[in-house]
Amino acid sequence: MSSSVTPTESTADDKPLVVGGHTLASRLIVGTGRYDTMQQMRDSLDASGSDCVTVAVRRERLYDRNGQNILDFIDLDRYTLLPNTAGCYTAKDAIRAAKLGREILRTLGNAGSDWVKLEVLGDSKTLLPDPVETVTACAELAAEGFKVLCYTSDCPITARRLKAAGAASVMPAGSPIGSGQGLLNPNNLRIIFEYLKEDDADYPIIVDAGVGTASDVSEAFELGADGVLLNTAIAHARDPVRMATAMKHATIAGRAAYLAGRIPRRLYGTASSPTEGVISTRPYGSNA
Amino acid sequence: MIQVTVNGKPVQIASSMTVEQLLDSVEVPPNYLAVEVNADVVPREEYTVTMVNDGDEIELVTLVGGG
Repeated sequence: MSSSVTPTESTADDKPLVVGGHTLASRLIVGTGRYDTMQQMRDSLDASGSDCVTVAVRRERLYDRNGQNILDFIDLDRYTLLPNTAGCYTAKDAIRAAKLGREILRTLGNAGSDWVKLEVLGDSKTLLPDPVETVTACAELAAEGFKVLCYTSDCPITARRLKAAGAASVMPAGSPIGSGQGLLNPNNLRIIFEYLKEDDADYPIIVDAGVGTASDVSEAFELGADGVLLNTAIAHARDPVRMATAMKHATIAGRAAYLAGRIPRRLYGTASSPTEGVISTRPYGSNA
Repeated sequence: MIQVTVNGKPVQIASSMTVEQLLDSVEVPPNYLAVEVNADVVPREEYTVTMVNDGDEIELVTLVGGG
């Protein structure tokens, strides 16, 4: 089984990931949620090698502020922030969250003020996206000038709709958010890569959600993903900083393997050592 | 006194005031905030000229960890 998408560039080096006009040094985007402490988050972001991190927009806890603000632990000169619309269940709410996130990043002077990770959920148990609301919100936000990175399921038809609606990147889930199940339907992901890159080889597709461990990240890149976005797999690992390091290496390894081109899968073995001049007798009397 | 809703909770304030005056009573660095009045974002540059009136619904949001 060969990969459905053939890289067009030299394999000697790689182009950076470009999404919505943002050029990222790392193909790994990491979330900032669910860490035990802000310090642990900061150290994990550092170890991941990522230069783009997601954040959420939430009501400020008024009058009883004793917590730390996450922005005191993120170097805004080092990281491009990607604000999300996590927790929204309607296009209307997601658009509001996107505009509020944009306003905060604009006043901070961070490069991430023109883009958004759009997430419109359909169900609080599975955290699967609502495709109708997502497409609606994507079109409206794109019309408002946002670069929209769309979280979606692994459905190729929805992915195509989102690209048509103006998404700067389509971000199919490997499996439900935070589930750690990895890539449940690699074939659907391959179809998404094939469809969306058919006449547009550089169109960025980012596998978002479901990663459980490093091999899931490598697999996504080997299949042809341009980027991977993950959060819980690092934040809830027993040792988040060490897992962040593993994710960095998995990103490099998976992308390099994709560019190098995997060998086809064969039913039978093919010897690595010469078959001539070998001293051996074969059982079953067969040379086949 | 007039009543406004801030982040879903009723709040009594003395009278109509600007967004900037309202924020003076909130203990957060204004850099980290975005403000909505009746579902419309108020740009930072307009805090001094945008009024908060009786019955307005105000959202004060910041960034938190998320994926």
